[in-house]
Amino acid sequence: MSTAVLEEKRAEPAGRPPVVNDFSIHVATANGSGSQSSNNILMRSIFQMGIPVSGKNLFPSNIQGLPTWFTIRASKDGFIARRRDVGVLICMNPETAHEDVKTVAPGAAVIYEENLKLEGLRTDVSFYPVPFSKLVLELVQDGKLRRLAVNMIYVGVAAWLLGIDMAEVEKAVAKQFKSKAAAVDINMKAIRGGLEWAEKNLTKRDPFRVERMNATAGKIIIDGNAAAAIGCMMGGVQFLAWYPITPSSSLAESLIDYAGRYRVDPETGEPTISVVQAEDELAALGMVIGAGWAGARAMTTTSGPGISLMSEFTGLAYYTEVPAVIVDVQRVGPSTGLPTRTMQGDITSTYNLSHGDAKHILLLPASVRECYDMAMDAFDLAERFQTPVFLMSDLDLGMNNWMSDPFPFVERRLDRGKVLRSKEELDAHVAKFKEFARYKDVDGDGIPYRTLPGFIDNPAAAYFTRGSGHTERGTYSERPEDYKNNMDRLARKFETARAHVPKPAIEKASGARVGLIAYGSSDFAVEEARAILAKKGISTSYLRLRALPLTPETSEFVSAHDRVYVIDQNRDGQMYDVLRLEIAEPTKLRSIRHYDGFPLDAETVLEGIEAGEKK
Amino acid sequence: MSSTPPTTEPKAPAVNRIGLPAKEYGGSKSTLCVGCGHDVITRQITQAIYEMSIPPHRIAKMSGIGCSSKTTAYFADRGHGFNAVHGRMPAVATGAMMVNPSLVSIGVSGDGDTASIGAGQFVHLLRRNVPMLYIVENNGVYGLTKGQFSATADAGSKLKTGVVNDLPAIDLCAMAIELGCGYVARSFSGDMKQLVALLKGALAHRGTALLDVISPCVTFNNHDSSTKSYKWAKDHEIPIHEIGFIPYYEEISVEYDPGTTQEVELHDGSRIRLKKLREDYDPTDKAKALMLCQESAANQEFLTGLIYVEPAKKDFLALSGLGSTPIVTVPDERLRPTPQALAEIMESLK
Repeated sequence: MSTAVLEEKRAEPAGRPPVVNDFSIHVATANGSGSQSSNNILMRSIFQMGIPVSGKNLFPSNIQGLPTWFTIRASKDGFIARRRDVGVLICMNPETAHEDVKTVAPGAAVIYEENLKLEGLRTDVSFYPVPFSKLVLELVQDGKLRRLAVNMIYVGVAAWLLGIDMAEVEKAVAKQFKSKAAAVDINMKAIRGGLEWAEKNLTKRDPFRVERMNATAGKIIIDGNAAAAIGCMMGGVQFLAWYPITPSSSLAESLIDYAGRYRVDPETGEPTISVVQAEDELAALGMVIGAGWAGARAMTTTSGPGISLMSEFTGLAYYTEVPAVIVDVQRVGPSTGLPTRTMQGDITSTYNLSHGDAKHILLLPASVRECYDMAMDAFDLAERFQTPVFLMSDLDLGMNNWMSDPFPFVERRLDRGKVLRSKEELDAHVAKFKEFARYKDVDGDGIPYRTLPGFIDNPAAAYFTRGSGHTERGTYSERPEDYKNNMDRLARKFETARAHVPKPAIEKASGARVGLIAYGSSDFAVEEARAILAKKGISTSYLRLRALPLTPETSEFVSAHDRVYVIDQNRDGQMYDVLRLEIAEPTKLRSIRHYDGFPLDAETVLEGIEAGEKK
Repeated sequence: MSSTPPTTEPKAPAVNRIGLPAKEYGGSKSTLCVGCGHDVITRQITQAIYEMSIPPHRIAKMSGIGCSSKTTAYFADRGHGFNAVHGRMPAVATGAMMVNPSLVSIGVSGDGDTASIGAGQFVHLLRRNVPMLYIVENNGVYGLTKGQFSATADAGSKLKTGVVNDLPAIDLCAMAIELGCGYVARSFSGDMKQLVALLKGALAHRGTALLDVISPCVTFNNHDSSTKSYKWAKDHEIPIHEIGFIPYYEEISVEYDPGTTQEVELHDGSRIRLKKLREDYDPTDKAKALMLCQESAANQEFLTGLIYVEPAKKDFLALSGLGSTPIVTVPDERLRPTPQALAEIMESLK
């Protein structure tokens, strides 16, 4: 059983070896109580001790009052997926305290407000009651600050419990409060107060602790939305239209922030990006299409409900061949669904978004680094193929904190695609191909040339962009042969794109009969599950999809294995469906599906594979 | 024997200030019904852009879906056109203008495209004051789907089938004034002189200029019980002033009596000269303009002319803090921050 494997790492309540750098901390608070800073400090302190960490905010769709959890995983092996079992629980929310205590793993440590009297709930965990409300009265004089500062006390208690180096805590506090002396002082006082109280009054009975390592030196911590925003900025985005929607808003806001500093023309002092907060997602994509048509690198950022609204305009961009970049930070649907929880929910709907026949390029980032890289790729592909390109992130990747090596500067020049910008370029084109016809496939790759409004004062450069049927020259047509000719060329263009999208990442294990296919944020849990399987003697090969359309490697991968498990974070096995339709041996595929709104964990993958292998 | 040279040179066609004859502003042949009001408006647009000497390649013709939206193909072939989706041309125009304000954006829409499916985008276009001319060819019915009422049909008006419209009309001009539009006019496709002057004024204005032009549908809404028919409009039109347009490059030559005539200077220095026909009407007074709309609706009057004008309003680009260089013309190498900038960001995340 999979749980047995994970349980090997747990200590018995008494007389067992310590569990070092391999546990998760679960902080339960009420939304809006100001625990975010404390959680970041806790996570950062462990990170600064050289221990790989990840931080996930499992939050409600609410501004104040509803329960929220922050989970920090420390993993000496570098596994940073969500971990199902909780090692250290910090109970700050009376509403959920009983339920929270019931769900922790045997042997866990539970820090809680002593008034909650949780100690009678279980006998197999270590309880650490702390008089938080009394302590905060002593430690913080300003009554208004107490509500926030009480969260710093648990940082101190946890630092004592786990052996976190206070020098690192101090550094993390300085970073969190940007070295504002007053804020640093108040918060450090509360943290030290917590630590000192714990030293004096508590006896450690649980096995969890941290020890300095050297696995995070030089690394950054960033969320996927900020990473994608930096990628967009470095990718030369010139226009952003967006409508606020969780979990994508922080991407737009982050881009606006960074661009305000780094995208101001040094010569003119003018911004080199224009931003519009649109009235809705329909308008957002409409504006992007207008800007793309006019020749700008244009993008929007949204989530599932926005994707649904963008369907009509996506079809327009596909059919009129206007470049557009759409970042979809996926959340749980259908409908409003669970707006603050994660899902790979929009794969099939986005792949063919629009009425009529349409196929789109989807990029599937699996890390913050890929959010950065693929944001740049998205603009190049959109302009190269004159079509909408979707960057399919998700809430887990987009809004949570991840470790990464710093992002490298990309020297590659922007690929602006087949654009005739000047009179000279137009003349040369006409000399070579007799005329400029907007939708004519003169190169045989399905990609036509385009001119931009206002650029060339020559009647030959003008054309009419229309969502209705059109000829190669862009004139209105309802003739069957014109319609078919155009649709066939669009299909040909998509085939050309197949050779240009990012190829899958493949790890082949020699002699492996079992293959795994996953994509996006599932990667972390899949890698961990593979490591556990390998320890049990089951070797697996792994193909991580990085884009749609599929490249030939995927079909070859499936053919090379006896059974291939496709891991989806959705109920219907959306990628499994796409693969079944497009690969050579679909009967080899099996489907593992995770869809409770929380990020995928290794156990779910493990259970799915083990259940399948028993059949 | 030598041939006799022709004694007269062929007469050179009249040209505008940039040396182009009027035919360079023409477009494809209309496919609308014979006698359609929209075709008359197309001719006035063609005339106005010719007279205003707009470089045709800089014209961006924007439209949505409907009979009116087809008309952007019937003028300025040398410009670029974008026939977008139903009711959502404003977004496409906004995106284009935000990255290339050197374009002259001319939007043509209809009452369905604007007042129903496009009401949301229309509202926000006006609120933002995106620089463009937005013409509504208003006939009170959906033509392409064969004659259903639109949201600008007057209460009590009747379809040919006898169906009566019970709902009140949306007054696009009143709505535009309320939303801060700086150039709001109503006209009639049958009043060519007024229309061309209003179009020229609109092209000289910086910001959104709305022209609500009653343009009868000869096929579905030109019968006796319609309030958007040629006959009704001709019989009921009351111009609030006579309009003259004086381009910025022309000297003022005629003295006028400020008691009876009002001049408004537009963004580019051109002037609109209004000879008052309605006592004391001042189109720079927003409250009066709104009152005029309400009174004319209550009295079932069809008032035409420049209802409201506010030439000094900032447009959306100025409000957004954009500079004078169109963003589409920024060279690629200035679109990517330096390696030092990236390193600085990375350092801040450690």
